Amino acid sequence: MEIVLTMTAVILSLAAAGAIVRIAVGPSLLDRVLASDVLLAIIGAALCIDMAVNRHLNNLMLLVALSIIGFIGSVTVARFVADRREQPNES
Amino acid sequence: MNPDASAVDALTDTVSAVFMVVGALMSLAAAVGLLRFPDLMSRMHAATKPQVLGLFLLLAAVGLQLRTWWVWPALFVAWIFQVLTVPVSAHMVGRAGYRTKHLHKELLTADELEAVVLKSADKKAADLRAKGNGRMPGEKRKTDDDGGSSVSV
Repeated sequence: MEIVLTMTAVILSLAAAGAIVRIAVGPSLLDRVLASDVLLAIIGAALCIDMAVNRHLNNLMLLVALSIIGFIGSVTVARFVADRREQPNES
Repeated sequence: MNPDASAVDALTDTVSAVFMVVGALMSLAAAVGLLRFPDLMSRMHAATKPQVLGLFLLLAAVGLQLRTWWVWPALFVAWIFQVLTVPVSAHMVGRAGYRTKHLHKELLTADELEAVVLKSADKKAADLRAKGNGRMPGEKRKTDDDGGSSVSV
């Protein structure tokens, strides 16, 4: 189980780094919103692995709340995003 | 005591370990897809992997590790809410991405939204012409259900 914990920690750290890079360089606002959604999913995965490895349920309510209200941010941003670009296909 | 209880225990541990590693690899796949895919639509395709399948695998790993039955409904609730809310945000982001032209048209195989958008733009132009000619000054401006304004996406 320790080996699994180490492996998943490394994998999730790499994934979070990739998502943060996309948030930083993402050419448009929607790319950043999408990458922050992925970052939220990675954090949920880390909470799940913590519960599974240490065999407790402390994070379960947090996980349910994340899955209920986690979509509001991206919906709000997507609702009010405006087109300020001159030409398409530059992303 | 069941003689092969420890064997079942080891099998459960192995299965949940595999679920955890594969679920974490889903997140890594999403990050790689975010970094390498060319436009917003392809990146959305990659982003759904940890949100649905990855979360399912990890919640199954939690349920297997805890070895109780009453925890499965709570895990199911967490997953079902994720499955219900992720398409909402994906729909809004995809629509806004289409509106703001964050896509490569040449990569699409089918574009069913284009006809709707063109029709709505035509209707809007006709409305503007009618208003400009002074006919029907009291006409209420048609609220375009799929209009070209930036907020109605």
